[in-house]
Amino acid sequence: MTTIRTISFDGVIVGGGGAGMRAALQLSQSGYKTAVISKVFPTRSHTVSAQGGITCAIASADPNDDWRWHMYDTVKGSDYIGDQDAIEYMCSVGPEAIFELDHMGLPFSRTEEGRIYQRPFGGQSKNFGEGGQAARTCAAADRTGHALLHTLYQGNMKNNTVFFNEWYATDLIKNQDGAITGVIAICIETGEVVHVKSKATVLATGGAGRIYASTTNAHINTGDGVGMALRAGVPVQDIEMWQFHPTGIAGAGVLVTEGCRGEGGYLVNKDGERFMERYAPNAKDLAGRDVVARSMTLEILEGRGCGPEGDHVFLKLDHLGEEVLESRLPGICELSRTFAHADPVKEPVPVVPTCHYMMGGIPTNVDGQAITVDADGNDQVIPGLYACGEVACVSVHGANRLGGNSLLDLVVFGRSAGLHIEKSLREGVDLKDATDDEIAKAASRLTNLNNTSGGESVAELRKELQTIMQNHFGVFRRGDYMQEGIKKLAELRPRIENAYLEDKSNAYNTARIEALELHNLFEVAEATAIAAEERKESRGAHAREDFEDRDDENWLCHSMYFPGEKRIGKRSVNFEPKTVDTFEPKVRTY
Amino acid sequence: MVTAVTNLGRSGLSDWLTQRVTAVIMLAYIIFIASVVVGGVEYTEWKALFSQTWVRVFSLATFLSIGMHGWIGLWAVSTDYLVPHVLRIKAGEAVASQANLLRWVFQAASAIVLFTYVVWGIQILWG
Amino acid sequence: MLKVSIYRYNPETDAEPYMQDLEVDTGGKDLMVLDVLELIKAKDTTVVYRRSCREGVCGSDGMNINGKNGLACIIPLSEALSGSSKLVLRPLPGLPVIRDLIVDMSMFYKQYEKVKPYLINNTPAPAIERLQSPEEREKLDGLYECILCACCSTACPSFWWNPERFIGPSGLLQAYRFLADSRDTATEQRLAELDDPFSVFRCHGIQNCVNVCPKGLNPTKAIGHIRNMLLTSAT
Repeated sequence: MTTIRTISFDGVIVGGGGAGMRAALQLSQSGYKTAVISKVFPTRSHTVSAQGGITCAIASADPNDDWRWHMYDTVKGSDYIGDQDAIEYMCSVGPEAIFELDHMGLPFSRTEEGRIYQRPFGGQSKNFGEGGQAARTCAAADRTGHALLHTLYQGNMKNNTVFFNEWYATDLIKNQDGAITGVIAICIETGEVVHVKSKATVLATGGAGRIYASTTNAHINTGDGVGMALRAGVPVQDIEMWQFHPTGIAGAGVLVTEGCRGEGGYLVNKDGERFMERYAPNAKDLAGRDVVARSMTLEILEGRGCGPEGDHVFLKLDHLGEEVLESRLPGICELSRTFAHADPVKEPVPVVPTCHYMMGGIPTNVDGQAITVDADGNDQVIPGLYACGEVACVSVHGANRLGGNSLLDLVVFGRSAGLHIEKSLREGVDLKDATDDEIAKAASRLTNLNNTSGGESVAELRKELQTIMQNHFGVFRRGDYMQEGIKKLAELRPRIENAYLEDKSNAYNTARIEALELHNLFEVAEATAIAAEERKESRGAHAREDFEDRDDENWLCHSMYFPGEKRIGKRSVNFEPKTVDTFEPKVRTY
Repeated sequence: MVTAVTNLGRSGLSDWLTQRVTAVIMLAYIIFIASVVVGGVEYTEWKALFSQTWVRVFSLATFLSIGMHGWIGLWAVSTDYLVPHVLRIKAGEAVASQANLLRWVFQAASAIVLFTYVVWGIQILWG
Repeated sequence: MLKVSIYRYNPETDAEPYMQDLEVDTGGKDLMVLDVLELIKAKDTTVVYRRSCREGVCGSDGMNINGKNGLACIIPLSEALSGSSKLVLRPLPGLPVIRDLIVDMSMFYKQYEKVKPYLINNTPAPAIERLQSPEEREKLDGLYECILCACCSTACPSFWWNPERFIGPSGLLQAYRFLADSRDTATEQRLAELDDPFSVFRCHGIQNCVNVCPKGLNPTKAIGHIRNMLLTSAT
């Protein structure tokens, strides 16, 4: 391989979504030379699609609100495999992070008092589940993600962060000590490949919803960070935990926010029955997402679905009135008219549970440092590597994420990763330079792809992968089905590794990027499949027909997928918050 | 802020205002003259009309308005179209490479014509 | 079969751009234009375009569809064709083409950066949010929703002629978004930086921007507000 250009930074962030830009902002503000590598212009990242809001106890809607109540809800929502020290950190630091966003200019909706508007969201309670529904989700109409992402980009612009927009990081570079010293990246516009060297590498690449055929996720959510980590031998945690959002528009997959139900909308079956009253008598349509998604699926499976095929249910909103819909949910009205051909002001929206969020990911501590487990089962920090946002598993979401917690996760932990890197840089970071061989090794996947002279089409292989995941690892899972799925995936691996790159040109070659993305999708899918088959219980989003109950004796723990041996290990959940008492596992009802 | 161009040191706002004020003056003058002409006018009446100071001042204001309005408009036209990347498409590379010269010639010609017009007008009014 | 004509240009192989005619099997469905492109790409991987969210909020896939700028992911064929028998796809006009439907947007982003699109307020921040009444917040509606797709600016002749000096509808909409924010304190400085003959005043109010904006925003109106603020501050 010819030697490639090296660019050096104090910190390099892979991914220009909310988490990446929040981390970058923290570093840039402290004057460190910071670069963001983003495969799309940052405001086109998937954070932009977040709608309903960012959940946080800022005590606007309820002056007595308490972050501990939010913590309780989050722990319960996680089905008790969220780490309580991390959840404690997120919920307690959250308000500060929200106020910073306001000071940066985020155009939150407002209350009459001039404070930030908060709406009810699923799984949110007052007084540790005793005080009824809480309104805790801070919103900028139903475009909170858009407002957040643009504000963060603007903040970075103000602080002179260096952006490598429309550059694509392909692989991590690992030195002889097992430390991560940077990435290989390709400029999509010109095809130039460079070695980006950095004292800290942050993976903030978001989710991988595109492993499923039906997803609310953008085309770009291809699990690039997970793929890079797994290829570098970094394990992933709880990767079997995939959230199916109750309300994706049937057929299109486009998300309609939980805020619809927060504002008073509800789900009905073909008989017009508000069926959630049966499944969750208290919280009804605002139960945890896993609970609502399963209930919907059961309604459809039992023949009470709507439409000629009976394959969806309806989200009823028209009773809220045009004024509320147009002021609180203007984006939803627009999306529904475009993609469902249904005007929410007049008629219900056809919805179906749709893959939405990856709760699992690269295990990290609250400082965003990536973690692996040594032979004795002890946590080991991977030097030089950080992760934050959806790609990370801190874990604050455990087996099921609450609505509005993803945006909070990404600002709080993007920020904390930035703070920790700042501190380490101040104290001095000393990583051995990667050798030419180590760099060439990281670049080898790209080199191999560029040399393919035959093989199958990327688009067709991707479709096959998505179908396997959709059919074998969906809302309900069963051992024998999953084993069959794993077998199919094993057959698919060599075909995907040898996928054909027909177009070898350099200028804006998106075929090359899609082939590289397919490799990453496959890594995520395989890890998901193996972990899902191994976890022999039902917990949160992981619902098994052959193991219907939660098994706290064996599975009140994180799963760890080790890519080398394709082995599942266990890692204990943290039950030791610093300032509050432990929330002991209870039966989870809404 | 765009500072690399000269528009006789004026701001965008003053240009914009000037164009509107001068347009009103010109319109008023057109209506005034039209009303005189439509009613039918003899040479002596016409001469008498223009012997009044306010008519001369009004006319002068209109000439100056034409000068200013014309300059701002033509200057804008020249900086829209007589620039390299527009000329390259419309007239080819050879012409585009001379864009600055072309624009300068056009602006100078516009300025001379407008200036002459104003001076000539003054001569007629008070000559 | 749907007839499609696509603008093709690969700088490495083509001396000049050309229009390629194709036929696509849509199964008779009223697909979104982006879906049609995905079908084409599955067969011919050399066709390139940007896309991300596929729901009209990320602003990646702005292009010229049968003569009008719009987002491919939210324009159904029935609307795109509106009577015509052929789908004609071209890159956004007025910006340099990198390849096929992909334009170089750096000039567009530069104009956005120029308006300092971030909150400036050097007074010490309170321990909570800066208070803002619902009425003050309402002034930002119709402004903050911009997705930077560039459909408006590349439909504006003034931006075609002066992409380096005229900020363009999108940038000006953002300029006003911060002028209108009750939390921003840099109004005077912002206005001073806009008062030259090009930045704002090359807008001649032809409203192409309003006509094409996929989010239904009105940059012309925002520009009018800026002009009024300039007038007020000058008098």
